[in-house]
This record gives sequence, C-alpha cells and structure tokens, in this order.
Amino acid sequence: MKNTSFALLGFALLALTVTACARRETPVQAGNRDQILHIGNLSEPQDLDPHTITGVQEHHVLFALLEGLVTEDPKDLHPTPGVAERWTVSDDGCVYTFFLRPDSRWSNGDPVTAADFLFSFQRILSPNLGAPYAYMLFVIKGAEAFNRGEAQDFATVGARAIDPHTLEITLTAPVPYFLTTLNHHSWYPVHPPTILKFGAIDQIGLPWTKAGNFVGNGPFTLQSWAPGDKIVVRKSSNYWDRANIRLNEIHFYAIGDNNIEERSFRAGQLHVTGTVPIDRIAYYQKEHPELLRLDPYLGTYYYLLNTTRPPLNDVRVRRALAMAVDRARLVRYVTLGGETPAFNFTTPDTAGYTSRARLPFEPKTAQQLLAEAGFPGGQNFPKLELLYNTSDAHGRIAQAIQQMWKETLGIEVQLVNMEWKVYMAQTDQHKYDIARAGWIGDYADPNTFLDMWVTGGGNNRAVWSNPEYDRLIAEAARTRDTTARFECFQRAEQLLMDEAPILPLYFYKSKSLVAPSVRGWYPNLLDRHPYNRVYLEP
Amino acid sequence: MRSILRFVISRLLQAIPVLLAVVTLTFFLIRLAPGGPFTSEKSYSPEALARLNAHYGLDDPLLVQYAHYIGRAARGDLGPSLKYTNRTVNAIIADAFPVSLELGMWALLFALAVGIPAGVIAALRSHTALDHVPMALAMTGICLPSFVLGPLLTLGLALGLGWFNAAGWDTPSDRVLPAVTLGAAYAAYLARLTRGSMLDVLPLDYIRTARAKGASPWRIVTRHALRNALLPVVSFLGPAAAGLITGSFVVETVFHIPGLGTMFVTGAFNRDYTLVLGLVVFYGALVVLFNAIVDLLLAVLDPRTRKGLA
Repeated sequence: MKNTSFALLGFALLALTVTACARRETPVQAGNRDQILHIGNLSEPQDLDPHTITGVQEHHVLFALLEGLVTEDPKDLHPTPGVAERWTVSDDGCVYTFFLRPDSRWSNGDPVTAADFLFSFQRILSPNLGAPYAYMLFVIKGAEAFNRGEAQDFATVGARAIDPHTLEITLTAPVPYFLTTLNHHSWYPVHPPTILKFGAIDQIGLPWTKAGNFVGNGPFTLQSWAPGDKIVVRKSSNYWDRANIRLNEIHFYAIGDNNIEERSFRAGQLHVTGTVPIDRIAYYQKEHPELLRLDPYLGTYYYLLNTTRPPLNDVRVRRALAMAVDRARLVRYVTLGGETPAFNFTTPDTAGYTSRARLPFEPKTAQQLLAEAGFPGGQNFPKLELLYNTSDAHGRIAQAIQQMWKETLGIEVQLVNMEWKVYMAQTDQHKYDIARAGWIGDYADPNTFLDMWVTGGGNNRAVWSNPEYDRLIAEAARTRDTTARFECFQRAEQLLMDEAPILPLYFYKSKSLVAPSVRGWYPNLLDRHPYNRVYLEP
Repeated sequence: MRSILRFVISRLLQAIPVLLAVVTLTFFLIRLAPGGPFTSEKSYSPEALARLNAHYGLDDPLLVQYAHYIGRAARGDLGPSLKYTNRTVNAIIADAFPVSLELGMWALLFALAVGIPAGVIAALRSHTALDHVPMALAMTGICLPSFVLGPLLTLGLALGLGWFNAAGWDTPSDRVLPAVTLGAAYAAYLARLTRGSMLDVLPLDYIRTARAKGASPWRIVTRHALRNALLPVVSFLGPAAAGLITGSFVVETVFHIPGLGTMFVTGAFNRDYTLVLGLVVFYGALVVLFNAIVDLLLAVLDPRTRKGLA
C-alpha cells in the first residue's frame, strides 16, 4: 500500500516536472521569430460585425480584418488612402468622389467595388438592423430619413456608384471632419454575397462573422475564433498592399482581468497589453519605464450634475461643486495613472483644438458661490448622493471628492455604488443627483465631445439645455473654415463650463505594456495602431 | 436490475419539476434586475432599441415570453445569446462546456490521486509524522481559497521558475496549474474524509477476522477496509464532480480559461437573459444527473442502500 501511494505521489510529481522541465520558449519569443503578435484585447468581443458592434475590443480586431475608404496615419491619425487611392471634394465641400483601387480585393478574391460600399451603407442604415452607430452616417444626405423609416428607397440617400470603382457621397453639410470619421467601423464595407448567403441585408445576428464564414478586405483574414479565449488573424494573400505587411499572424486574447493580463505579459505571453493595473504603474515607472506606455487618449472622466434636481438646478451650486475639487491633487494621489487634470471637457489638442474655457480649482470662489446660493458654509445643504458603478478606482476617486467637498464647502454627500447595468439604467432615466461618467471620442474632432450636450441629445444625461449652445454646435456643423468652426466650439465649451452641468475631472491616458521587440507601434489619441506597419524585431 | 431501471426512470421524472422550478424562478428574477441587455454607455436610439427588442421578442408581455421560452427550451433550443449576437446559447455551451469538463476531470483526477492515498497513509500511520504533516497540509488546502492559491502558483511556477504560462488554455502544460488550483481543496477534503472513515473501519471485527485469516496487509486495506471506507467518499464525489465540472468561475478567471463559469458570471453582468437561463437549465440538469449517478453507485457498492431502491 505504502509503496503504491508513494508511487502515485511520485508519478504526480514526475508529471509536473516532465511537462515543464525547464524554462519554456515563451509565446513572445516564438512570436518574435515567426512575426506573430500577441495582444491583450480586454474582454470578449460581442461580435465582429462592423455595423452592430460598439466596443473598442471589437474595433481592435476589425481593424485587421476590414479596410475603409481611407485609413489613418499611425502617428497623427490624418486620413491616408485606404480602399480609395484618391478622392476629390466639390467646391462647396458637400460632394466627395472616391476613386477605389482596382486591385483592392476581398479575402475570397472578389474585387472591392463601389456597389459593395453602397450595400454596406444601406445595411447599417436599415431600420431593421437597429445599428447603434447608424447615426455616424447621418452626415450623408437622406441617411437619417432612411434610417428612421421615413424613406423606403435607398436611392434617396446621397451615395451612388458612378462606375464600379468610383463612389460619390453627398453630404448634408460640408462636414470638415468627414474623412476622419471614415475610419470608424460604422463606415467599413461588408461583403454582400457573404451577408446574403446567411440571410437578408437587414437581419440581426447572422453567423457570417464566424471563422470560416468571414470575408473581409483588410490586411488580415479571420483564422479562428475561440470564444472567451482568443481570436487569430492571419496575413491576407489578397490584400492590395500585402507586400508591405510584415506580421504573419496576430492573436487577440480576451483577458478581461488586468492583473491576469499583466501576469501574462510578465510570463512572456503577450507583446502588448490592453491596459495596466493601477497599482503596477509605479513599479513599472521605477523598474521598467521602457515597457510602460502612458499616452494621451481621446477621453474625459467627469461627473454628471443632474440639472433637474434642486439644488443642482442652480448654476452657482454646480460651479461651487466644480471649483472645490482639486483635480491636480486627484490625479497625483488618487488616480495614479499619469492622467492630466481636466478643467474643460474636450481632450486637449483634439485635431488641433484646445479649449480656452476653464472651470478652475478656486476654493474661495466656490465657498462664495455656495453662500450666494443660500448655503453659507454648507448650512442647510441637502445630502446629495454621488453615484458610481462598482469599481475600486471609481470608489477611491469618489471618496477623495467627498472629502474635498466636505473640507472646502462643508457639505456632505453620500456615496452610492451600483453594478454597471443598474448604474446605467439609473443615469439613463436621470435618477441620480451626481454620477460618475466617462466619454471616449469616436473620432478625432471636438464635435464628438461637444455635440452630445445639445438639448435632448441621447447621451446628454445631465439633462442640460441651452439654446445658445445648440445654436453654436449647429453653426459649427455648417462652417467649413476650421478657424471659424473651432471658434464656435470655443464659445460653446465656454458656455458649457460656465453653466457646469458636468464636472470634468481628468483626461484619460491609454495605458499599456509594450514588449521591446514591437516596432511601428506609435502613441496616438485614439489608441489605434494600424497593423500594416507593425512588425517584430527579434 | 428491474429495480435499478425503475429507480432511473423515477429519478428522471423527479428532475422535471425541479428544473421547471429553477427555470421559472430564474426567468422572473433576472428580469427584476434593473437595466437590460441593450443598456449601454452610448445610448441606443429609441428606434434601434425598439427594433432590437422586437427582434428578440423582448417587447412581448413577460408571461408570453415565458411561455415561448419554456416551449423552445423543452425542444432543446435555448435561443440566441443577446450579447454575443452571432452565437446561440446552445453553441456557447457546446464551446465552453468541454473546456470546463476537461478542467474538472483533471482537477478531480488530481484530487483523487492525492487525496485518497494521503488519507489512507495517514490512517494507517495515525499520530505519526506521516499523519500530521499531510493532514496539516490538507487543512491549509481547505482553508486556502483558489483566488489565493492560483496567483501563488502562478507567481512561483510560471513567473518565478518560468515553467508554465501564467494564463491561457493553449498547450497541454496549461492544464496543470488550473487543475491543481481547482483540485487542491477537494484533494484536501478527500484526504481528511478518507482518513476519518478508514479510522472508523480499521478497528472493526471483520478487519480483525481478515487479518486472522492471514490476508496480506495490502489485501486488507484495498479489498476490505477501503471498500467500506470509501462509501462516504463516493457520496461526496457526486456533488463534488458536478461542482468541479460545471466550472469554477474563480479558477477560470485567474487562468483565463474559456469555460462555462466565466460565461455564467459575465452573462449575468451583461443581462444576457437567454444565456443565463440556458446555463441554469444546463447546470440544473447536470447536478440532477450527477446526484442520480452517485445514488446508483452507492447502491452498487452498499447492499444496505440497495434495499431502499426497491
């Protein structure tokens, strides 16, 4: 008996050592040799359909599988030729003519044509598809009416194929940032025969995006998709610029937990991580600054102040709350991710726009404003609730701000944390006093930050309304001249900060760990890294 | 043999009301949670929301939805996932369950291979170092939660010594750390259970008789003592196997394993009604099945319970 059990134990130990007798070759080492990039890609993509997805993790993968009319420069995101090798703009700035490359092909060898783009525009705009990002295409003439079902005929929409390789798009207004939005996945083409093979053009939930079914026109093709695990894409043999693609494969891992992701990076399983745990940033800054990337990101962390609820309906109270928050101290001692304190809403240097408006930290003014509003020293101030979705980081920030308000204004707020969907439902229905929020821009233009605060905007959860603000945003949409347009935004943002329906706290940083072997990976505001130029230096 | 068949059939019939109750409770409970599958940070337009709800039948009265669901589930169709739009719940289970099953099998194997021998040795050499050391370890194993053990093993064996990947489910060696992490507590519990029941059995008369008849120590332990001592172990194994195989969310998360546990929890967070319901049905059926198997096994092993079957 004794011998047998010892033999069993011994066998177990032996099995342990035999399977892993020495330091193994890590996936990163093997990847460097074979040009296989391993990327940590946040959570599991909900789908790979460019017309129905909403998250960044989906976009990271689609970026490899599909190519829009234009693509972007990895360093400053300016539009560069994609499927369209060149384009012309009419004098009034409303008609764009795209000339498609004759050698652009789908992964099954079919040529990419103007008709494919029309099919794709029609698909995302079809009311039945219920596409969340259909509004991105509302700049096309007639698109909004078609999406709302007011027009049934797609011919009423301002897009047409002049010939198989010439596409003409007519806009409602000379939208100056039009080209930069074309790299958003909502504008990507899909392969019509593949969609129609599985169902109708406007049918939800078709399995065309599964590995084996997917036909794309990007530099890579979908090789496999193991749900919850990883997605593998392989260099396409039909992509027009294949000669310049140096990576053979990219593996996207859906590692939702950032601590596990960081451990995988340390174990040599990932070249690039999707994020970095906050408590590891100090370590990397000190020990391995060469691996850590903290870059400005097109996003703002802020608090919503519900303007329909007293006393927050008083602008003096809102400004007092905002001016009592020391955002420099907040990023220095609480958020710890190298973030920039925010005194306005639009991320600085968004397509060359930096807001002049400031909602500064001025404790004296804050106290004065609160007194004017009838709450000197915080007396009689009702106990407001500060709502955030459950997370360590949000909790720490809320506590810090609760303390600052107590010290500076003498008011008490109660912290309330809720699970994500409950929190979303509460803020959606405007059932909150003060709530945490974050906004990530969809494209590099101040419009993506400022047009959300117009009266009745779907994301205007502060329920704020100002006719002059609405007018300025509408005027900006009509203005072609960049200086004049940015001036509209300057005045609009000044209004937004004066009225303070929101309290900007900090501008996001994209955080990642990048292995030294990764080349062609440039920081940019959208944290997008065209894989066309990425390669690995062993 | 006939009694066994009758037992199996009656067990299957009993399972139906149990599963129905579980599904009904879950169906209405999950709808009580605020927010829905399409609640997101960037709001859907009212039109888009209406189309999506109509497509998935979420705009019908709740009782109608319930009737539809039960009708489809009875035919084995668990519906489409509301979050992972190109996959059905059946497909998700088909993808994730084999992973959880494999992980559970390795963990169970580890637990049995370590737990039972350790318990037997401890009982045979009770109150010596061979008893105290493994039992102290076992106590630690029971107390150490997997979200501590997992990262500890990763730090030591994956990051420190570089033997294993820190996470993932790609290579055969990726099975080792999760299996040990998941199986450790079960191994520990099995060791203590085996030791306890061995100590109960060893002083009994029939063991003395066997010894007096001149049976070898090996034969006494394996044929006489262990056969009786394993009864409580077997009844523990049923729920344990179900628990191990239906996946542990913690271990699957710690090692980034694409199993059912992860799906279940993220499904609840995403308000993926159909996915959560489908997994509840599946889990429920699995637990009922395992318990039935254990009852059968016990009947085969122990003549005393066999009477109860008839």
